[in-house]
Amino acid sequence: MHAEEKMTYEKWPAAPEKATLEAKNKFLGFWLFLGGETVLFASLFATYLALKDKVPDTSQHLAKDLFELPLTFVATMLLLTSSLTSVYAMYHMKNFAFKKMMLWLGLTVLLGAGFLGLEVYEFNHYVHVYKHTFTSSAFGSAFYTLVGFHGAHVAFGLSWILSLMIRNSKRGLNLYNAPKFYVASLYWHFIDVVWVFIFTVVYLMGMVG
Amino acid sequence: MSTIAQKKGFGATLWDFLTTVDHKKIAILYLIAGGFFFVVGGLEAVFIRIQLAIPNNDFVSAGAFNEIITMHGTTMIFLAAMPLLFAFMNAVMPLQIGARDVAFPFINALGFWLFFFGGVFLNLSWFLGGAPDAGWTSYASLAIHSKGHGVDFYVLGLQISGIGTLIGGINFLVTIINMRAPGMTYMRMPLFTWSTFVASAMILFAFPPLTVGLTLMMFDRLFGANFFEVAMGGNTIIWEHLFWIFGHPEVYILILPAFGIFSEIFSLFSRKRLFGYSSMVFATVLIGFLGFMVWAHHMFTAGLGPVANAIFAVATMAIGVPTGIKIFNWLFTMWGGSVKFTTPMYYAFGFIPSFVMGGVTGVMVATAAADYQYHDTYFVVAHFHYVIVGGVVLAILAATHLWWPKMFGTMLNETLGKITFWFFFIGFHLTFFIQHFLGLWGMPRRVFTYLPGQGFDAANAVSSVGAAFMSIGVLIMLYNIIMTSVKNVKVGNDPWGDGRSLEWAIPSPPPFYNFKQLPLVRGLDAYWLEKMAGKKGMTPAEPLGDIHMPNSSFIPFMISLGLFIAAFGAMYHRDHSWGMAVLILGLLVTFGSMFLRSVKDDHGFHIHKEDLVDESDKGVKA
Amino acid sequence: MKRLAKWRLISLFAILALVLSGCSGERFVSALRPAGEVADMQYDLMKLSTFVMVGVIVVVMIIFIIIFFRFRRKDESIPKQVEGSHKLEIIWTVIPILLLLILAVPTVATTFHLADVSPMEKKNSKVLTINVRSHLYWWDFEYPGQKLVTSQELVVPTNEKVYFNLKSMDIKHSFWIPAVGGKLDTNTDNINKFWLEFDDKRANEAGNLFYGKCAELCGPSHALMDFKVKAISRDKFDAWVTAMQGIKEPQKAQGDLAVQGQELFNQSCIGCHAVTSENKMPETARTAPNLTNFGDRSRVAGILDHNKEKLKEWISNPETYKPGNLMTGKYPKMSDQQLDALAEYLMGLKVQE
Repeated sequence: MHAEEKMTYEKWPAAPEKATLEAKNKFLGFWLFLGGETVLFASLFATYLALKDKVPDTSQHLAKDLFELPLTFVATMLLLTSSLTSVYAMYHMKNFAFKKMMLWLGLTVLLGAGFLGLEVYEFNHYVHVYKHTFTSSAFGSAFYTLVGFHGAHVAFGLSWILSLMIRNSKRGLNLYNAPKFYVASLYWHFIDVVWVFIFTVVYLMGMVG
Repeated sequence: MSTIAQKKGFGATLWDFLTTVDHKKIAILYLIAGGFFFVVGGLEAVFIRIQLAIPNNDFVSAGAFNEIITMHGTTMIFLAAMPLLFAFMNAVMPLQIGARDVAFPFINALGFWLFFFGGVFLNLSWFLGGAPDAGWTSYASLAIHSKGHGVDFYVLGLQISGIGTLIGGINFLVTIINMRAPGMTYMRMPLFTWSTFVASAMILFAFPPLTVGLTLMMFDRLFGANFFEVAMGGNTIIWEHLFWIFGHPEVYILILPAFGIFSEIFSLFSRKRLFGYSSMVFATVLIGFLGFMVWAHHMFTAGLGPVANAIFAVATMAIGVPTGIKIFNWLFTMWGGSVKFTTPMYYAFGFIPSFVMGGVTGVMVATAAADYQYHDTYFVVAHFHYVIVGGVVLAILAATHLWWPKMFGTMLNETLGKITFWFFFIGFHLTFFIQHFLGLWGMPRRVFTYLPGQGFDAANAVSSVGAAFMSIGVLIMLYNIIMTSVKNVKVGNDPWGDGRSLEWAIPSPPPFYNFKQLPLVRGLDAYWLEKMAGKKGMTPAEPLGDIHMPNSSFIPFMISLGLFIAAFGAMYHRDHSWGMAVLILGLLVTFGSMFLRSVKDDHGFHIHKEDLVDESDKGVKA
Repeated sequence: MKRLAKWRLISLFAILALVLSGCSGERFVSALRPAGEVADMQYDLMKLSTFVMVGVIVVVMIIFIIIFFRFRRKDESIPKQVEGSHKLEIIWTVIPILLLLILAVPTVATTFHLADVSPMEKKNSKVLTINVRSHLYWWDFEYPGQKLVTSQELVVPTNEKVYFNLKSMDIKHSFWIPAVGGKLDTNTDNINKFWLEFDDKRANEAGNLFYGKCAELCGPSHALMDFKVKAISRDKFDAWVTAMQGIKEPQKAQGDLAVQGQELFNQSCIGCHAVTSENKMPETARTAPNLTNFGDRSRVAGILDHNKEKLKEWISNPETYKPGNLMTGKYPKMSDQQLDALAEYLMGLKVQE
């Protein structure tokens, strides 16, 4: 089966993301990459935990003063929902339903953008109201690095999915681009999982003190 | 390599190498770049030994000495040993599993160019205001307060080359998992492929902590963060943990492929199957696993407390067991065999006592309470040079002689090879054996000089003489390479005559598609089995058909160049107003190239069956 | 190929000769000449591990040499393809495990023993505690119980455990007295604690003066960050403490030249260098070595011979002797006459005869 072949519903395989050798390689390679990313985030989490609330003087705010549950809860919901919408998108991809896939991916992008907007607002709030900045303390450096790394991943994921959608909007699904969509959605899930940990470790544990 | 140059003009050859995605050509690129950095790092070592030859010497200044030791360590580990091993992994591993290329040829090229630009960036520090001077470990309190841009070169250069290594590791993993020839089960893979597999898995999990550590240090030094600024709540011990969580597995990332190389050599030149193959595989995997559990033995004196020290001491000792298994399996591979002492076998034979020495001192430094005496002294310097030089470098030199004909189609001169070995081997022991004692006599490591009257003088002089021997060895080897390349006497598929694994079943150098028909593998030492069954080559596993090959691409070069440019911007953005613009420009080049790669369809091309029939004759001769 | 074997044998004998000839370094600086309880225990561990490891090496070498002579290629026959041997493989798995256990038990025990600093942490503890503060290329020693501070030359009583609190004031260093015990890092982040014991008899044999070193790369003059340890009997130590405590006010210089020197010192040096042993300044304010008993010490700046000539050279250009030190440029350039006066004054700063 050649990757660039024109596809029909009948010819569409059950696992289009792994139908060719290239696709299989991409699939496995990306999983391994996510393994490396896991260690990357684990290191950042460890650093954050070691430096949590480590500030030079008492005038600076600590985790329990900063975080507010409603905002982060809404952000969490947005991102969790976007993970779900990307699952629907992949479901339609497997059924060769290109239009539906694009629709759900579009929704995913919108939700992700909403999350990113909230994060920008949140950072802005900390900086201007609490003077909690990247350079104000070791705690600030660790917080913005961990959450910011995640935010950068979200931004990258968004532009990735968006450029895939634009690039393939006119030509529909084939075995060349199906793995690309699949891997991008895998990346999106990973980002979501990392956020669940950030929500727990940074925000929930932060508010407890 | 000269055959290609004769057929094409220089410009065309250069363009070919700049855009190649062929694993064999990338291997040559790794070999050249790694070899170059090996010579640079070697020169730095020579300067160190000249400075320390006599007490109170002033051959180099104290500051310059610290730059030299930092760059010696960093260059040798990241820019010489790793790339040289990558060269052989690239050249040989796909052949050993019967694959036509690696899983991600494009990523393979990208990995090389990232490493290359990172290495060049790091070494440009010599010309742009001074090299890093905080040691290859770059401990945070010293590194943060180091003046000038030296440490910035370290932090940025290693980040770039580190990404290259990481994606290279993923590439090898996927290649080995997905692209083995029919019949090539995991337990039929040659040991070098196995060690490549385990080392790649270790790269995948060990490099991210380094990336994080380097990023934090970059943020501290260049963007005003406070991770390691104690007055601002920071903590320098975090760096030590992150560095060694990477740093210790790194040792095994280097030594496991070396073990793999020697396993091939012992078996090949003894004409005997590797003794205890499955326990060798098991030991390799176990070493890889334990390698992640022992990082804190580099921090025994950092004050982690007796509980942590005791646990890490015992865990470290445990690594001695699988390593011991390997040593005895190698010995018994030769036992009862028909051992031919070729140049690679010289290195392999010399490796046994050298590495055993490094291994036993490894167990000695693992005894935490006694390590308080060894730590940061010349004893440790001696120990890790016995492991790295006595293990890894001997393996690289052995592999160079072993696979040179496979990579370039011509043999290196055996007599010169053996002379090289003797100079290098004697020089190595002369340099480093005495250093065990220097450490025990009270000489700390990383000292730019020492005062007379402490009993260090004679031993240091001996050590410096040894370095001269090693240098002569390397020079002879370079002469050997040049001389045999000029003569360029062509060899056949199996120049050693005793080849066992698949790479010896195909022409030297192999055609760019490696296998016209994928081979059918019937067991360990696949080619040997066929030879013993009286056949000339491998039995094909498929009918002759079209072969799908990837297109060359200049994009890997551009992605890496972008990061190279961005690194200058990041480094100078606080000194010069143009810094930020350059940083953004560089990132635009990188991400723009990635975007181009993503949206531009690249389906590769097919070699047609008919052309293969024609090419078959050329392939053998060329 | 007889050469290989011959060379091996020769080297083996050379190594043996080296060990047997008692090449164990200088008494005052070598870890192979232990002069205290800690160094003794570490030396015992070294010996134990060396014996075990030499055993391993001998076994490997015997097999190695046999292979070399017996299994060289003589003809083109194909040897038997052996897969392995479970019996052998079990042997060389189990024996190393046993050997490592032999090593692991004393290792763990010693590690815990060396980390036992509970006596110093008790309330009203009577044990001698010393706060070591490392600075870029010099060492500050504070005796909190005795309320005194000295620098560069540590003075300790023999035959008793001395406890240390270690911390760095700038960049990570490591505190090491090779002949007396292993090192412990002086971190910037936290205080590390350990103890050492100095054996009276062996301290005497070493001239009562041990060499101390910085063992962690800390900048250009890392190699020159030496200190000295004067290990003396408890009586002498008490006498020294009393003498040091007696210097409540800066000592009056004796002789014209020295008086001139003291004036100069008070103008240019006293901002950083204290000349009383009293421990009133916080440790962060002690930015240069305390010179109360400078005349009693054995080295200038920790490395140079202790005489006026060297002292003058040091003051006139410290950068030459300790690159990257923090003293350079902190005081005006001195004329030869001024240097003479300063040296005369400083060398006269003695607390004991």
